[in-house]
Amino acid sequence: MASSIRVRATSNGDTTEVQALIQHPMDSGFVKDAKGEIIPPHFIQQLTFEYDGKPVFLADWGGGVSKDPYVKFSFKGGKKGDDLKVSWSDNKGATDSTTAKIQ
Amino acid sequence: MSIMSPEFFANRRLVLKGIGVAALVGFGVIPLDVPQALAAANDKYPEEAFKQKTEAEAIKALYGKTPEASDKVKMDAPEIAENGAVVPIAVTTTLADVTSISFLVSENPITLVASYRIPAGTLPAVGNRIKMAKTSNVIVLVEAGGKLYSATKEVKVTVGGCGG
Repeated sequence: MASSIRVRATSNGDTTEVQALIQHPMDSGFVKDAKGEIIPPHFIQQLTFEYDGKPVFLADWGGGVSKDPYVKFSFKGGKKGDDLKVSWSDNKGATDSTTAKIQ
Repeated sequence: MSIMSPEFFANRRLVLKGIGVAALVGFGVIPLDVPQALAAANDKYPEEAFKQKTEAEAIKALYGKTPEASDKVKMDAPEIAENGAVVPIAVTTTLADVTSISFLVSENPITLVASYRIPAGTLPAVGNRIKMAKTSNVIVLVEAGGKLYSATKEVKVTVGGCGG
């Protein structure tokens, strides 16, 4: 199965800029479907980026984050060709992770 | 994989979920043990903060202190969002020793939208996309050097993001 995570990490030699796009419904639990029934909450709660065995960015999310969430940040260091590990877990216990090469 | 790493907990959570609720009750000590371990790893999901319906309660649950407005917190948000389901908001700050950045929407049913932890070496700048139920103040909180700072901006929403 293709990963739900698309990540692009680009180093300029000094800092690494990371952009990630994740496929996830991010249902808040406040929206009704066409039949007027509440769509139960289903959203990513934690998203972690790890470089060199250490977390470089940790996100705690609620249902207020947009569907197919996007996030952007930068960290100092990070070498071209090195791995950046991305993983998430949602409120139903599902998880996914991927590893991207820094470009 | 180190025992303190997030994937360890992710896997462990999965295993725990897999065991089932009945078993969880039976092994009462296990779910009790997990939050403590998570706190030790500074990896705990702020469950309570994500239940609060007002910004004051959410800020209290998340940080336990009151923010002061700071012009060193720069929020990049649209004046008018045509689609409340996807509102791009970014923040940067010149404050030193930033440890966390959070986003709140006053008028959303749950005010806290996202909270990011910024380890040393990560730049204090985050961009993301959030949902807004209707026109509301967007509040960005920056925790730096143990203090809490904020920036607030009203974003007008033409089509709400929580009404389907």
